[in-house]
Amino acid sequence: MKLNGAQIVFECMRREGVRHVFGYPGGSNLPLYDTFIQYPDIQHILVRHEQSAAHAADAYARVSEDVGVCFATSGPGATNLVTGIANAFMDSIPLVCITGSVVTTLIGRDGFQEADITGISLPVTKHNQLVLKVEDLAQALKEAFHIARTGRPGPVLIDIPRDVQQQVCEFEYPDSVHLRGYQLPPPPDPALARKAAALIAEAQKPLILAGHGVIISKAYAELKELAETCQIPVITTLLGISGFPGTHDLCMGMPGMHGMYWNNMAISETDLIIACGMRFDDRVTGRLKDFAPNAKIIHIDIDAAEIGKNVRPAVAIHADLKPALAAINAEVKPKDHPEWKAWIKAMRDEHPSIALPETDTLLPQYVVSRLYEITGGDAYVCTGVGQHQMWAAQYFWYDKPNSWVTSGGLGTMGFEIPGALGMQVAKPHDTVWTICGDGGFQMTSQELAVFVEHKLPVKFAILNNGYLGMVKQWQQMFYKDNKSAVRMHQPDFVKLAEAYGMKALRVTDKAGVDAGIREAMAHDGPVLVEFVVDEDENCFPMVPPGASLQETVDQPPVLVRDKEVTGTR
Amino acid sequence: MSREHLHTLVALVENRPGVLNRIVSKVRQRGFNIESLAVGHSEEPGLSRMTFVVDASLVDTEQMVKQVEKLIDVVHIEDITNKERDMLARELLMVKVKCKAETRSELLNLVNVYRASVIDITPTSMIIEASGDTDKLDSLVELLGDFGVIETCRTGQIAMLRGPERVGPDAGHQHVLLPHLAGGRAPGGLF
Ligand SMILES: Cc1ncc(C[n+]2csc(CCOP(=O)(O)OP(=O)(O)O)c2C)c(N)n1
Ligand SMILES: [Mg+2]
Repeated sequence: MKLNGAQIVFECMRREGVRHVFGYPGGSNLPLYDTFIQYPDIQHILVRHEQSAAHAADAYARVSEDVGVCFATSGPGATNLVTGIANAFMDSIPLVCITGSVVTTLIGRDGFQEADITGISLPVTKHNQLVLKVEDLAQALKEAFHIARTGRPGPVLIDIPRDVQQQVCEFEYPDSVHLRGYQLPPPPDPALARKAAALIAEAQKPLILAGHGVIISKAYAELKELAETCQIPVITTLLGISGFPGTHDLCMGMPGMHGMYWNNMAISETDLIIACGMRFDDRVTGRLKDFAPNAKIIHIDIDAAEIGKNVRPAVAIHADLKPALAAINAEVKPKDHPEWKAWIKAMRDEHPSIALPETDTLLPQYVVSRLYEITGGDAYVCTGVGQHQMWAAQYFWYDKPNSWVTSGGLGTMGFEIPGALGMQVAKPHDTVWTICGDGGFQMTSQELAVFVEHKLPVKFAILNNGYLGMVKQWQQMFYKDNKSAVRMHQPDFVKLAEAYGMKALRVTDKAGVDAGIREAMAHDGPVLVEFVVDEDENCFPMVPPGASLQETVDQPPVLVRDKEVTGTR
Repeated sequence: MSREHLHTLVALVENRPGVLNRIVSKVRQRGFNIESLAVGHSEEPGLSRMTFVVDASLVDTEQMVKQVEKLIDVVHIEDITNKERDMLARELLMVKVKCKAETRSELLNLVNVYRASVIDITPTSMIIEASGDTDKLDSLVELLGDFGVIETCRTGQIAMLRGPERVGPDAGHQHVLLPHLAGGRAPGGLF
């Protein structure tokens, strides 16, 4: 079959099961756009900025558990993707990003809209390739999908000059890839599984730290089995949330910078950490040299480079998490740790980190907890980055596997809108709530048009605290309350949404919260609910930057509040 | 500079456009400072061999190996320092020195002692070529300093382990067969 380069791209996508492409056209990818009409099974969603194409593809990949695809033109189109690619790279998300490039004769000659996107994206892609011959295209795409979705997933960028999109060659989809430099991890070593089981048998105060790997590897059942068989409390990292049921007796919530006080203390006390698909990020560990001073560590990761990067494990299992946990489960014997669980419970009773304070004002946490109650937890939740993100992680219990989508490693503000776009496209029949910051919302609000255009019924909850809240919190706590560039002139968010043709409402007090949420849920299209929340509220517990987990501040220090707070939160 | 912390890492990489950039970019981004880098063909067509020398007191060489290994174009990388078998390390040096009639014989003497050779000679200069381990070349360069060095160039170190085995994926390195390669090559039999 003779096809041109653009058709080859679509044939490859079809064979890889691609149903949706998020993208934006331009001079260098016109042949690709010219081809959509021939492939009606592949739907294009036109975003309003390429960053959103990458974010939407990223969130789509997360909840659909498959590769997300985005298109952009050369030069500014490609560079606009970079933030989204970097976000996917940090969170190990499989993306195939297809950029058009200037024609081959112009490459390296500063052609109009030329940008060296393979050079620019090198440090934030798992792999990338500029395809200079149409004959190489099918192989390059086959490899791109293979690399993106196997091992530790990640974004792959394929740059295709416009003339290569137009050239014709015989198409045959390769049935294999030959990448001698790309090895998938070995099956788990049974001897190491036995060693791990021996450590678990010995441990008096074990903890499981469950990361994003649980979700990527779909190791939900294996994790639950290990936790339940050996009665080991499970701490879920920011990206591990929804990898283990949030309401499970053994679920302890998040650790680290805004983690639960009891978790940070338990980590400081534990004698064994079973680290499942997590990478000991600095937001988790606090000051590294004081992290888990009494613990042996079993570290399971699919990426060999994560093992030994930040901590030295006693047992290192370089393998896919699911079979690794299964191998450990085959070796462990039922156990319980009543004293350890009592210790944690006492810590929890003494420091109820997320007990809601009684206030008359509308607290952002209150909104999140009402969202949880009213949805019954049956929703996919997306967030932006900042205080609202931490509250969304703290006050909603994610029982539904893989129902929580957030920008973890890169912490990209503005993710909340395109992220929700990708999620709703992937899960058209499910409820998607996106919890937005008033700052982050303004970074990508142009995408509201897309939700209206495609009738995507996402529910937007803006927690409007009138501030770049998280930055304000740092300025209050660590920069002598010198609030610099954190107060913003706001648009009227309700009118803004209405201008795009979207239903919108505003809630300004506690009494209106439930009705606002219910009204949004009852509407069958996209709805924006602006919650005007207490702007003085800050996010706790908190480990000050550079401090150890032992120094977790459970309560807001009085000096950072305008009004003094008494009683427990 | 003390050489006791220096480690030699050997990488076999696909000889594709941009591969050097990929590796160097990774080394830079992860902050692995390198003392020297030598690149050339290997015994396998399509594979280049790179030799890195890094100061292990400054660089976590294990992390560097693992990070570079993640690159798709890197077929193999290994730290060949402190293995059971000795490492043989060589470097090539060319030095252009000032030379007058009165100093010529003294220079030729040095050249002899160092098993070096003279590859160019003019009434006022001489180019000396020498190979050997880095210490030897360092001392030669130092001695030549007295005569007046005009220009020096060095290739950076290359290295091999003694014995019949080669450095490569089949030496002390675990590999699995990808499902889609099953029936094709045998595990580890990449060469
Ligand atoms: C793209 C980007 N720029 C800057 C930051 C730094 N930053 C982190 S949180 C934050 C404030 C976010 O404000 P908002 O979206 O209103 O959320 P809030 O913290 O108020 O809930 C900023 C500026 C970031 N994370 N991402
Ligand atoms: Mg805000």
